[in-house]
Amino acid sequence: MVVKRLDGRKADEMRPITAKVGIIPNADGSAMFTFGNTVAIAAVYGPRMLHPQHMQDPKGAVLRVNYDLLSFSVLDRKKPGPSRRSQEISKVTEWALSPALDLKEFPNTVVDVQIYILQANASTRVAGINAASMALAQAGIPMKNLVCGVSVGKLDKDLVIDVNDTEEHFEEGEGATDFATAKLANTDEYTLLQLDGKIQPNLIPQALALADKACAKIYEVQKKALKNVAEGDEK
Amino acid sequence: MSSMGLSSLTYNTLSKMFAEGKRFDGRKLIEQRDFSVEYNVSNKAEGSARVRMGKTEVVVGIKLEVGTPYPDSMDKGNLMVSGDLLPLASPRFESGPPKFAAIELPRLIDRMIRESHVIDLKKLVITEGEKVWTVIIDIYPINDDGALIDAASIGAIAALLQTHIPALDKDCKIDHESKSTKKLPLLEDTIPLSFTFYKLGESLIIDPTREEEEACDGKIVWGISNWKGKEHMIHSCQKGLETAITRQNVDEMMKHLPKVYDDTLKKLKKFLK
Repeated sequence: MVVKRLDGRKADEMRPITAKVGIIPNADGSAMFTFGNTVAIAAVYGPRMLHPQHMQDPKGAVLRVNYDLLSFSVLDRKKPGPSRRSQEISKVTEWALSPALDLKEFPNTVVDVQIYILQANASTRVAGINAASMALAQAGIPMKNLVCGVSVGKLDKDLVIDVNDTEEHFEEGEGATDFATAKLANTDEYTLLQLDGKIQPNLIPQALALADKACAKIYEVQKKALKNVAEGDEK
Repeated sequence: MSSMGLSSLTYNTLSKMFAEGKRFDGRKLIEQRDFSVEYNVSNKAEGSARVRMGKTEVVVGIKLEVGTPYPDSMDKGNLMVSGDLLPLASPRFESGPPKFAAIELPRLIDRMIRESHVIDLKKLVITEGEKVWTVIIDIYPINDDGALIDAASIGAIAALLQTHIPALDKDCKIDHESKSTKKLPLLEDTIPLSFTFYKLGESLIIDPTREEEEACDGKIVWGISNWKGKEHMIHSCQKGLETAITRQNVDEMMKHLPKVYDDTLKKLKKFLK
């Protein structure tokens, strides 16, 4: 696969990724994750009592995710407050994280995950998932494993990893496809699959294989960031 | 009774039956219910359709308004998809601000239609940079017995294919008096439709009844077309619910999806005028 990308990256090359855990002292867990110019931060509060009472679940903690863009994170200022887009992303993020969590031990409580985008340059929802998954781990919520997310793009006929803003608006040939994916690390279990664009059904497995490779790298960066903060705590 | 949740008995029975490849209504796991399409739900709409799929019934109406183009698409008309899960259609639907399911339904239909480019928005400019047509697709379930998104996609496409552009007077106001026969510009040979695969245990099913839908713990909605009459093309996809979808699940869906699409398209063509 030979693709010319505007920023010179190879098809299977992500933008530089960074991760930092423990960025919000008030939170039970918190983290930042970046894909190039996309910056996401997440905080976890809980398990804590859930009010009103009728929302409580005696079978375990309720996971509640809120995702949004900060008003200045995009070129045209985003009106503060939830939009239909942010409500949809909050819900799919909740579904992306919940398969990793074991919340049985915390009846009638809530685990709140707050995700905000400081700077948006595509792939914000998967950056948010990567940050939130580290924040949940730092908060000590029982987890099967971390969740790693990355978006796969298709520009005309070629698959590429981690699309940026310009690539999202690619218009030649078959145009741009954005395929946001997340999975439980080290498994073939996908917890987020969300796609817009034009892609042939037989390319879906190839796109997932590309995502798998990138997720393995993201997983290492996430683990390292968690280890750094754990070692810092010991000192 | 009607508002009771799913019982453990039903859940366990369904899990067992799905594992054996069986369903309450005798269908195969990957088999859609028969459906029918009627037109002219409202003669005040520029296009409308009613879909009945098993006991599920959805109406879709299309209105056209004169609007202004969005700054990032000055050379195109606008598309809006909206709708609501009215308490009329199910004891499970409540009045008040829209819940997630009521946001998800129009958004998924929007993405399927927008990404397939089935509506030629560039041909909906009235005066360049100033006035364009805004196409508004409104979706309302009348009776929910599962697979609302799938039924809504059939209804939206059927209604779009019916839609005409109203006549304008000299001030660019819609002239409701004169009948227009001008059709909405659509991309020929591209018909997008949505199909939701549900997962219970290791079993995958399509077109669930409400009861089956409530038993399942994972789903993916796929929007697919026969793009320009040439090849199958996926335009939208969204995974939902708490269970992960395995690689094997995705492979199985990719095996069934084109065929399910072809079958439904064939049935739909009988109803297209």
